[in-house]
Amino acid sequence: AFFWLVSLLLSSLIWFIAVKASDPRDESLQKGLLIFGVMFSVLLQEAFRFLYYKLLRKAIEGLVALSEDGCSPISIQQMAYVAGVGFGLMSGAFSMINLLADALGPGTVGIHGDSQLYFLTSAFMTMVLIFLHTFWGILFFHGCEHRRWWEITAVVVMHLAVSGSTFFNPLYVGSLVPSYLLMAIAAAWAYVLSGGSAQNLRRFLLCK
Amino acid sequence: MITFMNNSDSEEEPCNERTSLMSAESPPVPSYQDGLQASEAGEAQAHRKRRTGSSRGPNNIADGDMSDSGVPVRERALENEEEELTLKYGAKHVIMLFVPVTLCMIVVVATIKSVRFYTEKNGQLIYTPFSEDTPSVGQRLLNSVLNTIIMISVIVVMTVFLVLLYKYRCYKFIHGWLILSSLMLLFLFTYIYLGEVLKTYNVAMDYPTLFLVIWNFGAVGMICIHWKGPLQLQQAYLIMISALMALVFIKYLPEWSAWVILGAISIYDLMAVLCPKGPLRMLVETAQERNEPIFPALIYSSAMMWTVGMAKPDTAARRSSQQMWDAAEDGREDHRSPSHADSQMSERRSPVSTRPITSFEELEEEERGVKLGLGDFIFYSVLVGKAAATASGDWNTTLACFVAILIGLCLTLLLLAVFKKALPALPISITFGLVFYFSTDNLVRPFMDTLASHQLYI
Repeated sequence: AFFWLVSLLLSSLIWFIAVKASDPRDESLQKGLLIFGVMFSVLLQEAFRFLYYKLLRKAIEGLVALSEDGCSPISIQQMAYVAGVGFGLMSGAFSMINLLADALGPGTVGIHGDSQLYFLTSAFMTMVLIFLHTFWGILFFHGCEHRRWWEITAVVVMHLAVSGSTFFNPLYVGSLVPSYLLMAIAAAWAYVLSGGSAQNLRRFLLCK
Repeated sequence: MITFMNNSDSEEEPCNERTSLMSAESPPVPSYQDGLQASEAGEAQAHRKRRTGSSRGPNNIADGDMSDSGVPVRERALENEEEELTLKYGAKHVIMLFVPVTLCMIVVVATIKSVRFYTEKNGQLIYTPFSEDTPSVGQRLLNSVLNTIIMISVIVVMTVFLVLLYKYRCYKFIHGWLILSSLMLLFLFTYIYLGEVLKTYNVAMDYPTLFLVIWNFGAVGMICIHWKGPLQLQQAYLIMISALMALVFIKYLPEWSAWVILGAISIYDLMAVLCPKGPLRMLVETAQERNEPIFPALIYSSAMMWTVGMAKPDTAARRSSQQMWDAAEDGREDHRSPSHADSQMSERRSPVSTRPITSFEELEEEERGVKLGLGDFIFYSVLVGKAAATASGDWNTTLACFVAILIGLCLTLLLLAVFKKALPALPISITFGLVFYFSTDNLVRPFMDTLASHQLYI
């Protein structure tokens, strides 16, 4: 969570500087800067995820060295999961919490002609992002562990795609549907990577 | 201050944490300044007593009181095991501290967001005489710096005074001072707080009920904090007291002064604990020389220690092996008799001393607990509360500061595990908190607002 926060900080710093340095009245330039800011932020988030992976790797080595039986009390997969959850929670919290606070107050949604589904879609989008961050955490760490660069690039590309799809808002079909599809893909992939299989799933569902 | 007392049992005793009756530690709410300014009504007492320590040490039950001083004992041969146990339990300690710090912050933020009283400006403390309603920025800055200087010097004077009192064994005076301050905090501030909360929610309450409620609350609080009581109740009271104190600070400190004070206090904390002539360090060393626990009052302890089995032989064995200990350890006696008042600052860490293996036959349940001074709680909550009160980015800023403080606390505990000395808990956390507050408020907020208005997600 902290690492996500730092990446957010740095990316907003860049965006802020860019905005201040540019003409505030030029709408398309502002929009362009915003898009640039979003993409840059996504890249920065993934970079910080990588840094976090490095840090955790060192920590695991330390734990292994100290432990009695040569294996660390927490595995890298668990750390990947936790890292993903931390990133997701932080990003979700930052996206949603002001919305929720405003939702408590008086007001009408969409009274100025904006979409009336604003809160609902924001909630769904945030949820999908949190899940995605969790799965991306697992995929990313797995890719780093086994040196499969294509996994890492896949995560980055997916993240960029999801963020990019939100540019279609308020055309919610364009953003929510692809995001959920990507989430399903990422979920299945992460599940398989974590050692699950169709058999496990069947056994779990049938409570054997 | 975080005192980390890490006892490694050479004989791998399972360290279970159980709550038991412990001599309560008096809350460090009243500041030393309060002692001098007892006549000033409604003054905030900055009681910063920070000591975090993981206390591991058998309790001396000779006098029936549980002291929770930890005596870290470490054998050279078992150093690795010690390290491992340290790290393993270190994580648990971190969690044990996260919960109360989080609770305190939640209480403060919830109150700030709902009760108007604490965000209205109704005057200032006597410690910050310069007003900030000046027309020019330079003047305002100057006033806040002057306020800070006054506040810090008051704190320094109080700390030195307290250290002198402790050095010359004026325990009764210190004890009385603490009791007076906690009385005032428990009764007066609670009364004000309850009154404001009832006003906010428009709930009517008659005086007899009010009297009953406050009397019970205060009396049980006094008993829990200064004498014995269930551990969780005592922890709850300490958290509430810290929250009340933080709320008073948030209300009565002017804007810029609050931030400058936070910064200055963490610098002072650093110096007072680490410099050889720092008052807190002298306090720690004196306490260690006398084998007394360092001001059990005014610290939050997350676990209890108790000894099962032979008390006397225990003590005897321990005493004899004390010479072998390289580090000072906290005494295991009832830490209420020397009621140290930890001055507001810095955490001290008692060096970890190891216990020799000679005490095989002792069945001691050693609790590894962590001790954090209440002043740390207060200042963390002041930071988060100020962020909640004054930031225009509202919840994002509050959340960012909260995460920053917790991460700072983690780092400090990590350093504690590495250095095994008393460490100041304030600097890292407050630095992170301040950095994140200002950057989130000014940089992240416009970014997130723009994103939210276009419903973009990153």
